[in-house]
Amino acid sequence: MTVVEILIYTCLVIGVVFNSLGVLGLLRFPDLYTRMHATTKATTFGSIFTSLAVVVYGLSMFFSQNASQYLNLAIHAFLAAAFLAFTNAVSAHAIARAAHKSGIKPMLAVVDRLEEAKL
Amino acid sequence: MIPFLVTTGMAFLLYLILTAGSGSIGFWSLSELAMGAVLAMITGLVTRKFLCRSESYRLLSPIRLLLLLVYVPVPFFIELMKANLDVAYRVITLNIRPGIIRVHSGLKTDLGIFMLANSITLTPGTLSVGIDEETNDLFIHTINIAEGDEKKEIIESTELFRLVNLPAWIRRIAE
Repeated sequence: MTVVEILIYTCLVIGVVFNSLGVLGLLRFPDLYTRMHATTKATTFGSIFTSLAVVVYGLSMFFSQNASQYLNLAIHAFLAAAFLAFTNAVSAHAIARAAHKSGIKPMLAVVDRLEEAKL
Repeated sequence: MIPFLVTTGMAFLLYLILTAGSGSIGFWSLSELAMGAVLAMITGLVTRKFLCRSESYRLLSPIRLLLLLVYVPVPFFIELMKANLDVAYRVITLNIRPGIIRVHSGLKTDLGIFMLANSITLTPGTLSVGIDEETNDLFIHTINIAEGDEKKEIIESTELFRLVNLPAWIRRIAE
């Protein structure tokens, strides 16, 4: 195996492990808010690494074969990762806020300042 | 005029990034360049009022853009990594102590609050749930509140990040 292949496999393994941990968290955590932690953080991180594997593959093919469609592939995968990170954070906030406004209380919570603030 | 130029420039830049590798003028073909210019102008005409609502162009300064480009892969990524190891540990052990705390952001602009809220959502075991629009305080759902922190009325945003001072970075970029 070449260095590039090892790099690609490492990225893929990290990505898949964190994505599976996200799924596991979705099943194991008790309520919506703690589940959002697992689904936003772990899956964003995992998907960034799987996209990074595609970027590394695209760049290595671009430099070894000098075919421009691989540069295109690498850039598109990189942009997908960037937009995924952004939209995941925004949509997580939207879901959490909507849930709190419609009266879903965090389970096992030791404190709830948003409830006390009554916004 | 300025909103039109800014949105057109940004749209054209994005089009160039998406079509890199299509030809021989730099990385682009002539047809892609012409099509990109036309489409960017249409986009600029349609969305200039919507995308430049706040009429502030602070992020156009090259220093801020450079700081943003450093911020995402270095300090932010370090916290992102730490947050993920933490969540992975809690998924396996189920050792959680959740709650919603009030965090004093100390930021004034919408862009700063937006960046801080998103950074908080993706980093250390925290998820932004709400915002107090008068004081710009954020309400953060934390998966593991430290002993004693639940009694504090308000928490400084710098206390959330142990390794890197992300709020200071955001203040430098957005304000």
